[in-house]
Amino acid sequence: MTPSQRINSALRKLPAWPLYIIGALPPLWFLWLGLTGGLGVEPIKALERELGGLGLKMLIATLAVTPLRDLTGINLVKFRRAIGLLTFYYIVCHLLVWLVLDVQIVSQIWADIIKRPYITIGMAGFVLMIPVAITSNNLSIRKLGPKKWKRLHQLTYACAILGSIHFVMLVKGFQLEPLIYLATIMVLLAMRVNWSGLRGAVRA
Amino acid sequence: MAGRYKSELNWSDTTSKAEFMNRRQLMSGAGALALGVAAGPALASLGAKKTPHGMGLMPNSFEEISSYNNYYEFGTGKDDPAQNAHTLTIDPWTVKIDGLVDKPGDYSFDDIMASVSLEERIYRFRCVEAWSMIVPWVGFELADLLNRVGVQPSAKYVSFETAVRPEEMPGVRFPVLNWPYREGLRLDEAMNPLTIMATGLYDEPMPKQNGAPIRLIVPWKYGFKSIKSIVRISLTEEQPDTSWNMANAREYGFYSNVNPTVDHPRWSQATERPIGGGLFSKRKETLMFNGYEAQVASLYAGMDLSENY
Repeated sequence: MTPSQRINSALRKLPAWPLYIIGALPPLWFLWLGLTGGLGVEPIKALERELGGLGLKMLIATLAVTPLRDLTGINLVKFRRAIGLLTFYYIVCHLLVWLVLDVQIVSQIWADIIKRPYITIGMAGFVLMIPVAITSNNLSIRKLGPKKWKRLHQLTYACAILGSIHFVMLVKGFQLEPLIYLATIMVLLAMRVNWSGLRGAVRA
Repeated sequence: MAGRYKSELNWSDTTSKAEFMNRRQLMSGAGALALGVAAGPALASLGAKKTPHGMGLMPNSFEEISSYNNYYEFGTGKDDPAQNAHTLTIDPWTVKIDGLVDKPGDYSFDDIMASVSLEERIYRFRCVEAWSMIVPWVGFELADLLNRVGVQPSAKYVSFETAVRPEEMPGVRFPVLNWPYREGLRLDEAMNPLTIMATGLYDEPMPKQNGAPIRLIVPWKYGFKSIKSIVRISLTEEQPDTSWNMANAREYGFYSNVNPTVDHPRWSQATERPIGGGLFSKRKETLMFNGYEAQVASLYAGMDLSENY
């Protein structure tokens, strides 16, 4: 047995459900820190940033599953649904903090969405995540058929690009961190393109 | 000269030293060291002259003022300066004063301090990022220093530079901005009695993360105009380059006066979040010229403030 086969057989014995429980905790932990001074003297922005960053990291993890299998043979596909749904959960929390704690003023929320490009882009990324999250179950795969379902779930690529551009656009000055996120996502997407084969052929 | 400016905020509006020392103990007791007050000040009272008059605004605590800072030379995170600024050497410190002045030269910090009298200025501080604090600064009017060095009649602007020391400032190893950090004022703005050079807060020497040993405070402008850790002051005829304007002229104008009616392209400036209200802090309306309209509006008479943002 090759090392990757050994890892895969070990992974097969692990259930995916504990991921949901472990993954549910970080937003609660950050909320606790925010309430008790652990996020500094301005916890609202800090909480917003932590949750947004968590969402971007999980998006990258979702997109890394296929290239990891191609490069090393290690297969995490079984855990991808949990990672993807947790991404959606973190982004919902991020959005709620922005709506309820940060902006506060209802009339300004809509104004910001249409007037501020980085918010428009972030919101577009979130909206595209909704159908993906809703159909992240076996019933939807059966109802849509694997082909259609796969096409729909390729919306994740757009979400990742929009999410990382949202981050690039919101910082002040020339900062490296958001560019690293954007570059990582672009590399993970580029690895899906069958460069030697047909133009535009993309693998899930 | 101390005592010219009558603050509308009162010394009694500040947190007393006994009170904030007590808070500090409570916080460290509660394990709030995560706030990173690593670069704490030496507890030497500056004995600044207190200013009367008040409106009953509550200044932020010493911890709040010294743990939430934008000082990109020490990192772009709000807690980076408090964690990293301890490496800054502030003694000896020299400010080069040059350009259109009668007495140019390298002025040591001690030399500058010997010729001025310190006073307390309790000012609103409004960041361009739409958060705000109230700070009991200690300092002297910039006009006092400029009068000492003799401003020549042809001078129209004052420019300032922050120290750049890669070995002491981890943030300058990456070009977040075009270092050194530069700022500038029109001469009449610089000579306005509200404009001070601050060397402390809460009657203690300036914490390094707040711009020790000497920084500018222009309370009616967004915080980034109030340049920290100044090593050079030049009097010029031409409008000087300023760092944020160089980085993004559409977002950061030369004037950058606090103005609730002119939005930053990426966010509204109509409201601000006062620091210190915790997770459920309510926004409040931003005041024209940050509440100093009566003192400074005349400087901009006839100017279109949405053009000259």
